[in-house]
Amino acid sequence: MTKLREIAHSRTGDKGNTSNISVIAYDERHYPLLLAQVTSARVRAHFAGVVEGEVVRYELPNISALNFVMTGALGGGVTRSLASDAHGKSLSSALLDLEIEDSSERS
Amino acid sequence: MRTIRIGSGAGYSGDRIEPAVELAEKGDIQYLVFECLGERTVALAQQARMKDPDGGFDPLLEERIRAVLPVCAANGIKIVTNMGAANPLGAARKTAEVAKLLGLSQLKIAAVIGDDVLDACKDGDFGIMEFDGTIKQFGNRLLSANAYLGAEPMAQALGAGADIVITGRASDPALFLAPMIHAFGWAMDDWNLLGQGTVAGHLLECAGQITGGYFADPGYKDIPDLARLGFPIGEVGEDGSLVITKVEGSGGAVTARTCKEQLLYEVHDPTQYIQPDVVADFSQVRVEEIAQDRVRVSGGRGTARTNTLKVSVGYVDSFIGEGQISYAGPGALARGRLALEIVRERLQLTGVAASEWRFELIGVDSLHGAQVSAHANEPYEVRLRVAGRTESLREAIRIGNEVETLYTNGPAAGGGAFKSARDVVAVASVLLPRELAKPQIQFVGA
Repeated sequence: MTKLREIAHSRTGDKGNTSNISVIAYDERHYPLLLAQVTSARVRAHFAGVVEGEVVRYELPNISALNFVMTGALGGGVTRSLASDAHGKSLSSALLDLEIEDSSERS
Repeated sequence: MRTIRIGSGAGYSGDRIEPAVELAEKGDIQYLVFECLGERTVALAQQARMKDPDGGFDPLLEERIRAVLPVCAANGIKIVTNMGAANPLGAARKTAEVAKLLGLSQLKIAAVIGDDVLDACKDGDFGIMEFDGTIKQFGNRLLSANAYLGAEPMAQALGAGADIVITGRASDPALFLAPMIHAFGWAMDDWNLLGQGTVAGHLLECAGQITGGYFADPGYKDIPDLARLGFPIGEVGEDGSLVITKVEGSGGAVTARTCKEQLLYEVHDPTQYIQPDVVADFSQVRVEEIAQDRVRVSGGRGTARTNTLKVSVGYVDSFIGEGQISYAGPGALARGRLALEIVRERLQLTGVAASEWRFELIGVDSLHGAQVSAHANEPYEVRLRVAGRTESLREAIRIGNEVETLYTNGPAAGGGAFKSARDVVAVASVLLPRELAKPQIQFVGA
């Protein structure tokens, strides 16, 4: 058992009320682990209480990355949210806390 | 093969100023782009212009231009920026004034106007993209409507000899695409070139975010010298080939990792990154470190542009009232929670009307909510934060006041109370038939 943080890095972006979070393998050998374990269902469950809409996953094998697009994730939208982090910029750090099974150490 | 070097001098309106000067002095660049216009900035700028018809452009315009213009003029570097905000013409006049004061009256300054499509939006009743409804529902709360213009008018301004091109709302990557189209004569229907050029623009538009800013995570992703972060340079060939780099000796780093993170920043479906000039496809992009702080990015493609332009619509949405107060030492968490309960009850007792609330403890659950934060350890200090959305400023003020009364009425040792109340200018989007936006170029004499 390890944390996603050990094998991947991440960045959050915002548009309206939608947040996108990239998950990028440090080492391309770990991309299959991301594909298998970092599913949109798990990401949605991880962000319970934050994401109101759906979570869609896009795959980018050339750069060993996944991109999660989460609708209804920014408290009604960056420009009107009551949240102190209206952009949701800190969400990527929360996702890196996800548990990953049977991984080797990060490179 | 012909190559140009484009520097990115700002990633948002308040960005650091001296990295752009460094780019102009030492970057061997031919173009310097400043992206300074956030989603809602143009709506706020429109409000400013209502108060002052000569205002409504970026408040830092004068300072930025003054800092870079002498060295840009000396090195023949052309400037492209969206600092025009709600008043590109006013920004161009201000820039001409600065140029004259600096003894640079020979510079040709162009404003791109026509992104303001408020009238067209009022005439047609367009559907809102983010939620159910149409523009009409905003009534007199509607403040502004600005179309994301493409690169063409900016490229034409450069073609007409402009040294400085100032636009209002334009797509951010288009600010970078314009110099490429101008320098290489790319056809406006060469979708793959425009797609790869969009990759370049997208990577560069947030300035420091690709040179190590918004990236460092000690022990995992270390970046040297962030206080002296160098801003990026895109080395673009006429065939669309691209290398991202930065000024030698500046802080930060350009690596495959920084480039990958920025490639997906604010992207949804990577096969369809919709721009005014092209629908770019990032899905086949490859990144490759070819030397220290030099990363080759290839594989961007594109398909035909759509028949519509995205329009940012600014409107007065609501008011937000907020209050904060801190607790520390043993029992801080319990006192913070007690304080939250007291404020919650007080707001009910006194009948403060709000449509939406947040009750949270900074240091505990304010960023990701109670569920995500549930397993965290007890902190030494917490800061209570209560925020509510109201229909009036008067009602919003009552929220912070209730928090403040915790000083003398709440748990022990609450300190550092803070309160605020503000109106919320929000932004929504609509799609406008492309032909309803009519961009124009206007030159301003120094």
